[in-house]
Amino acid sequence: MTQNSHNSVFVRKVDAETLPPPQNEMGIRGWLWRNLLYSVTDYSSVSAALRSLAMIFFTVLVSYVGLTQLWLLLDFVFFSAVWSDPTGIKREACWTLSQGGTLPDDWHAACWPFIFAKLKFLAYGPYPMDELWRVNVTGLLGLAGLCWVLIEALPYRRLVGVLMLTAYPVIALILLTGGASEANYFNATAYIFVGLALITVGRLGQRDLLGIVASDFASIIGFVGWSLIVFQVLMLIFSVDVGLKPVGTGDWGGLMITLVVAVTGIVVSLPLGVILALGRRSNMPVARLLCTIFIEFWRGVPLISVLFMASVMIPLFLPEGVNFDKLMRALIGVMLFSAAYMAEVVRGGLQAIDKGQYEAAEAMGLTYWQSMRQIILPQALTHVIPGIVNTFIGLFKDTTLVSIIGLFDLLGAGKSAIADASWSSPVQAISIYLFVGFIFFIFCFGMSRYSIFMENKLSKSRSH
Amino acid sequence: MFINSNNLSAFINDARVRNIGFQVLIIGALAFSVWWLMDNTLTNLENRGKSLGFGFLVQTAGFEISDTLGTWLFDYEVGVSSYTDIYFIGITNTLLIAVLGIVFASIIGFGVGIMRLSNNFVLKYFATVYVEIIRNVPLLLQLFFWYFAVLGVLPGARNQLEIWGGLGGLNITGLYLPAPIFQPGFGLVFLAFIASLIIAFVASRISKKKQDETGQGFNLLFIIPALIISITGVTYVIMGSPLDWTFPEFKNTGPIFKRGFQDDAGMVLVPEMLAVLLALTLYTAGFIAEIVRAGIIAVSHGQTEASYSLGLRPSITLRLIVIPQAMRIIIPPLTSQYLNLTKNSSLAVAIAYPELVSIFAGTALNQVGKEIEMIFMVMSTYLIISLITSFFMNWFNARVKIVER
Repeated sequence: MTQNSHNSVFVRKVDAETLPPPQNEMGIRGWLWRNLLYSVTDYSSVSAALRSLAMIFFTVLVSYVGLTQLWLLLDFVFFSAVWSDPTGIKREACWTLSQGGTLPDDWHAACWPFIFAKLKFLAYGPYPMDELWRVNVTGLLGLAGLCWVLIEALPYRRLVGVLMLTAYPVIALILLTGGASEANYFNATAYIFVGLALITVGRLGQRDLLGIVASDFASIIGFVGWSLIVFQVLMLIFSVDVGLKPVGTGDWGGLMITLVVAVTGIVVSLPLGVILALGRRSNMPVARLLCTIFIEFWRGVPLISVLFMASVMIPLFLPEGVNFDKLMRALIGVMLFSAAYMAEVVRGGLQAIDKGQYEAAEAMGLTYWQSMRQIILPQALTHVIPGIVNTFIGLFKDTTLVSIIGLFDLLGAGKSAIADASWSSPVQAISIYLFVGFIFFIFCFGMSRYSIFMENKLSKSRSH
Repeated sequence: MFINSNNLSAFINDARVRNIGFQVLIIGALAFSVWWLMDNTLTNLENRGKSLGFGFLVQTAGFEISDTLGTWLFDYEVGVSSYTDIYFIGITNTLLIAVLGIVFASIIGFGVGIMRLSNNFVLKYFATVYVEIIRNVPLLLQLFFWYFAVLGVLPGARNQLEIWGGLGGLNITGLYLPAPIFQPGFGLVFLAFIASLIIAFVASRISKKKQDETGQGFNLLFIIPALIISITGVTYVIMGSPLDWTFPEFKNTGPIFKRGFQDDAGMVLVPEMLAVLLALTLYTAGFIAEIVRAGIIAVSHGQTEASYSLGLRPSITLRLIVIPQAMRIIIPPLTSQYLNLTKNSSLAVAIAYPELVSIFAGTALNQVGKEIEMIFMVMSTYLIISLITSFFMNWFNARVKIVER
């Protein structure tokens, strides 16, 4: 019986051979169908035909505009451009016949020798030529540290990260300014002793030796003591004469100042933004109100007016004798401004965290700061990494505005390069703007690709 | 003593007491810093021989402002107009740029955003390249590019690029366009236009109510435009066509210094305004395109499929299913882009377009030297604009939000 049924029933032992996909789904033809022809070949009804015709029109128009613009750009930047100035005639190298030069009258393209001549100025501004190695060392150290932290295969990433946030700014500041700032050694010593005393009180308080009130505020007192000491020690370090020629911030410029403003703004705005975001979600009405007002105020006004305020009003706010230089004032404006934007991004992350996480942390008996630091913030911040990077990109682009209050950032250096009469020609402005724009594009595009990469990685790790 | 200290400990560790104590500390610190800043400021002002006060607002201003909507509306005249006029000219010019920029940026942004989702690779990649370039280059640089590198190489003041067969023209002094001249009685035509809009609005509400109650509305697609055109048109004819146009006049003969566009014919958009408008519009459009794209992608594909399976046509699906849901996602970030555009219009200070920051916190401040008062006025103006816009958009957002049970 079984034998019979076996014979009568067909059981397939081998899979049928997989058929190739239809011809018009494969290769270039299939790609063309999917990406171009589907949208322009439907004439089955009047409306579909109209749509197809409109699509053909737009496709042709956009291809024409796109290709001509691309050709114009390539021609301007490469093919027709003047590349060298061997005889050292400067501006006349980029003049047409009617302007007194040698190029044909319809010539209109990039003047590269001008950009090559201004390259150093665009990178460092008026920084003294003999001291440029200091900027280079600072930049290379920063780049190396950043790469180390970002590449996941390397060991000691956490240690390098901590060093980048603590030791690196000190080294960078000493290298860039030359250190040897004025210091009042007597006051500094006095403050350090006060700090030591405060730390001692804090320690005693934590061991319940000074009664309950002190023990409660012991950590705060200790913290104040530590910050006092760290601040004074830093001041002393900056006052050490390491034998470098002092360079005031008035001599900084170019890409260097762009990076200084952007990196400082980024590094300071993140912790400040986190504190503001926590404050805005706090259950203390006063803290909530103040943080909300602060955030909404800075987000409601343009950065230009903030910079104007920083440059004309900060001198009025400070007591006599205290003076911030132009760069410092601009930095304060940029920091406060970007902290408000960062706060809103972080708040988005905090809101996205499930309420159960807060409750679980509370149920475990963690204090507010413990639960924030170990449970909530790590999740919230990874959640909004794309938003944080976007804020960074915005901040990086916004640093160009400091050129309006008289700092020579990359764009400001470009503008003052244009004012150089020995290179004056009709293509001067457009050459330098294209070049500066390209540099900004590389930085911002790089950051946005990194953010997309992180986003993909995080969404993968979350789905597991 | 022991019991006392225990009570004290309980008191100190009470979360409510700690909260209050901490808040008192914050208020104290805040009050101290405010006092400290005020004290410093007053001392500094005294040392510099300055005083606080808004008396400068009635002084007359002694500097030129290029012709713009603001100077036209407030009849600006050097030595006659006051700093209050300057303030309002600045606001007018800022709002002009903001409104025009928002309209154009929305149109381009929605177009490019939809292009990025097209299955036509030409449109898709063109839009992608546009968005990536625009979003990754600083706005100020783009502004300089348009102003110095593009508008700066236009024909000189004695030449022109003709547009629309001589109806307008473009050269380095600006874009010349026909200008309307309002005759007496035009106000009534304008009122009639407003009235027809109100009637149309009421009609659409009635139609919607009827639709909700009975499932049958009126077809208003043709009625509303007909209503508006007929009411406005009839008033226009009755009032005797109270609207004339003057056309820009270009002379290339006669004395050399009188060649070029004539002052009293047509209207001119100064190149600063064109550059600001171009830069702001194209920049913001890049961001709006990304918002639109994200909003449309976020509408689940199941919604479209469900709609098709109910037998709705693609155009109706798009209009009644996809767009209303996408708009809910698009509106909040779109609002902040509109606000960004308004605030970014202050970059015009870099090329001296006479908007609020440029003429009031720039030129006027240099003349009067009232830093605190003037920066305060400028900042609060932007703040008020921002707050009004976000209140309005929050209200709108609450209206279109899904009502959850």
